[in-house]
Amino acid sequence: MAELCLRDVGRRFGTVTAITDVTLDIPSGHLVCLLGPSGCGKTTLLRLIAGLDPPSEGRILLDGMDITRVPAHQRNFGMVFQSLALFPHLNVADNISYGLRVRGLASDVRRKRAETLLELVRLPGIADRHVAQLSGGQRQRVAIARALALEPKIFLLDEPMSALDAKLREAMQLELSQLQRRLGITTVVVTHDQREAMTMADTIVVIGANRVQQVGAPLDIYRRPRNSFVADFIGSINLLPAVLSGPGEASVGGIRLAVVEVGDGVGEGDRALISVRPEDVHLLSIEAQRDNTLPGTVSYVRDLGSQVETHVDCAGETIVSASAPRDRPVVAVGDAVRVELPVAACRALAP
Amino acid sequence: MIDRSPRGAGAYVLAFGPGLMLAVFFLVPFGIMLLVSVAEAVKGGAYNLAFDGSHYARFFTPFFGRVLGFSLFIALLTACICITVGFPFTYALTRLGHRAQVVWLVFILAVLSLSEVIIGFSWSILLSRTAGISNLLVWLGLMREPVAWFPGLAALLCGLTYLGLPYTVLILYPPLSRLDPELPEAARMLGASPLRSFFTVVVPAMRPAIVATVIMLFVFTLGAYLLPQVLGRPQHWTLSVLITDQAIFQSNLPFAAAMAIFLMGVSLALVLVTSRLNRRAMGSP
Amino acid sequence: MNRTITNLGMGLVFSFLIAPLIVVGGVSLNAQKRLLFPPEGLSLRWYGELLTDLAWLVPVKNSLIIASCSALLALLIALPLAYFLWRYRVFYAKALFTLGVAPFVLPPVITALGFLIFWVTLGFYGHMSAVVISHGIFFVTLPLVTLSLGFESMGDDIVEAARSMGADERMVFRSVVLPLVRPYMISGYAFAFVLSLNEYIIAYMVAGFTVETLPIKIFNSLRYGYTPVMASVAVMFALLAAVVFALVARFGDLPKLLGKV
Repeated sequence: MAELCLRDVGRRFGTVTAITDVTLDIPSGHLVCLLGPSGCGKTTLLRLIAGLDPPSEGRILLDGMDITRVPAHQRNFGMVFQSLALFPHLNVADNISYGLRVRGLASDVRRKRAETLLELVRLPGIADRHVAQLSGGQRQRVAIARALALEPKIFLLDEPMSALDAKLREAMQLELSQLQRRLGITTVVVTHDQREAMTMADTIVVIGANRVQQVGAPLDIYRRPRNSFVADFIGSINLLPAVLSGPGEASVGGIRLAVVEVGDGVGEGDRALISVRPEDVHLLSIEAQRDNTLPGTVSYVRDLGSQVETHVDCAGETIVSASAPRDRPVVAVGDAVRVELPVAACRALAP
Repeated sequence: MIDRSPRGAGAYVLAFGPGLMLAVFFLVPFGIMLLVSVAEAVKGGAYNLAFDGSHYARFFTPFFGRVLGFSLFIALLTACICITVGFPFTYALTRLGHRAQVVWLVFILAVLSLSEVIIGFSWSILLSRTAGISNLLVWLGLMREPVAWFPGLAALLCGLTYLGLPYTVLILYPPLSRLDPELPEAARMLGASPLRSFFTVVVPAMRPAIVATVIMLFVFTLGAYLLPQVLGRPQHWTLSVLITDQAIFQSNLPFAAAMAIFLMGVSLALVLVTSRLNRRAMGSP
Repeated sequence: MNRTITNLGMGLVFSFLIAPLIVVGGVSLNAQKRLLFPPEGLSLRWYGELLTDLAWLVPVKNSLIIASCSALLALLIALPLAYFLWRYRVFYAKALFTLGVAPFVLPPVITALGFLIFWVTLGFYGHMSAVVISHGIFFVTLPLVTLSLGFESMGDDIVEAARSMGADERMVFRSVVLPLVRPYMISGYAFAFVLSLNEYIIAYMVAGFTVETLPIKIFNSLRYGYTPVMASVAVMFALLAAVVFALVARFGDLPKLLGKV
């Protein structure tokens, strides 16, 4: 049980800023995902938390204690590395109990603990195997067991699923989040996969361009992105160039659209992007008389089986509408249609 | 898939041109050396083919026993010093930035290419009374008057280490630069101090490379011929010196050949035993 | 490891490796024909002597001829061999590679004696060509190892891509494989060249009394009394090696050429 707080944390390498200005509170027992594209600084941030890299600025607090200068080996944080970093010269049990050996525990105690942990990650009976003999999924679980062996205060994972194939990854995500909940351990996961973040996280921290873009619950981030970077990175979205013409009102090529919310840093008369999720966009017949609609021409229909996407060309901008197969709109490429962008789903964001 | 089996004469020429060259100029000399080692020595550097085991019998004297023992001892000691210094050094080298690594590597390569002659000459000056490092210590006030530190065992060890260290670095460089940097970090996250993670993770994970390097250094140092003469006293002369002496100055090719074969047999046996032990210790992966 | 300890350790290694070179450099600048450090009176006359005295120029010429020819020979043997071992899977691949590496891995005095007996038997003892061939065989290992690294770093997909565009075996080699391994060829040649330049025991055993190479000349002068010219030769050699490898580093990625991924 531990609460982790970051205060204005940043890291520069020479003149390059890897991450800057991170202030974050991670409540005890929460699972937080650091989500962002590659090179955004999320792994650097995790390494700062781990103590493997010293921050250039800011402070890191654990339960109110300043641990910024505490070296990695004295923090008692468990970490699963991207390469997993299983020790090639040790067998499974010795890998898991390495930390116990460092602490000078007797070998029978270590052995017992290793076996308990193997059961925890549902891999009983492989204690004597050599790590080279394990499958990808098994290696993954051994790495998790090793990181949990010392009952760490904080559990850190750096892109832990990147080596697994898609199906195994989904299963491991579920299992990992169940395990985390059961143990109630404060956890930070770095990932670039938004599905992974949505599946596991209590809180998602979206990182882009070397700083935190938005912090929030997964659905909140999905539904109410604070800027166009977050909107674009999480899920698929339509972003329409517009000008903010009045309170709660924007103009797209002369047509007025009402929006439910205006994002940070956009004022009247400013250029903005109207964001709306494809599943919120409805297709109407061209004659329909409704507010918040744009006329256009169907340019492409993509049938994904579980979902149908209709691409509509509205004065040069493509708007995508997604619907369930049984609500499939009866349109063909070349048809003139109206797309409805419901007010409740539209946000004007800074470009 | 591309075709992996050689087809047509052209493909085989690729392998057999070089293979033939190596066979003619390396295997054949070896075969001849083997024959000569049991030939009869004739005055003036020639030999008559025969089957004469007497050259080998000469090894079983206290004199040769002592020379062989010393040769193996000094080679092993040098290999151990080189790996003790070279392994942490190379590890630190591979953790540096790209530019720093390039500068170091150019320097190491320049030292590597120095001739044994030049190394012997340089160290004999460095350890000499008139121009050596002891003058520096006198100047610093640490010593009363300059002394000569050569010839002697320490001087010989310095020279051999100087000869072997660049090789150590270059042999260890590929495996160490491929070592996953997350391995020692994982150890640190599990509570091991940097020093402890180096000794409990980096060193054991690199064990095969370390053993292979020690073997290569050992064999390499066994062949050092000049440094024992330049930096050592006569009792520090190795089997290599005796071989050359017999071949060139005593013109006794058969005896020189017998010693060479014997030296090779000893080093091969040691290499085989060590690698066998190493493989057993690592278990089958 | 701790940053301070690491820097200290690397500094010590550096001092150990540079110390003899500094002393030799100092000695080479002595004005008098005496072995003194620090030098008394600075002068470059010993470098001048090296470049004008025929007794030193002939060994320089011999060494350069032997080094350039034998490095070429080593490369010519290693290139097809390394290509064959990379391109084809044959059961005797390991044996071929071992054969290429063996001359260098054995204690050099053994290889040297083998060459001596071989050339005596053939009657070429004391010929420069014997030294060239011996060095060529002895140093095959260096280009063979660098070229193998170079070939390994090349994926099969490159060959397949070229084949799919209609190139035949020879064309693929000339237009794709060769340009990609060129840096490894150059570094392999540079290795063999510089090491041959400095090699003593084989040159000495094969033709020590007829073809005087620079290391032999230095050793002979070492036996019969010092002259600061030896020191200037040592400095020149160290500089030459540094320049050659700096050039290799300038036109190629040195860490990669030495086996970093």
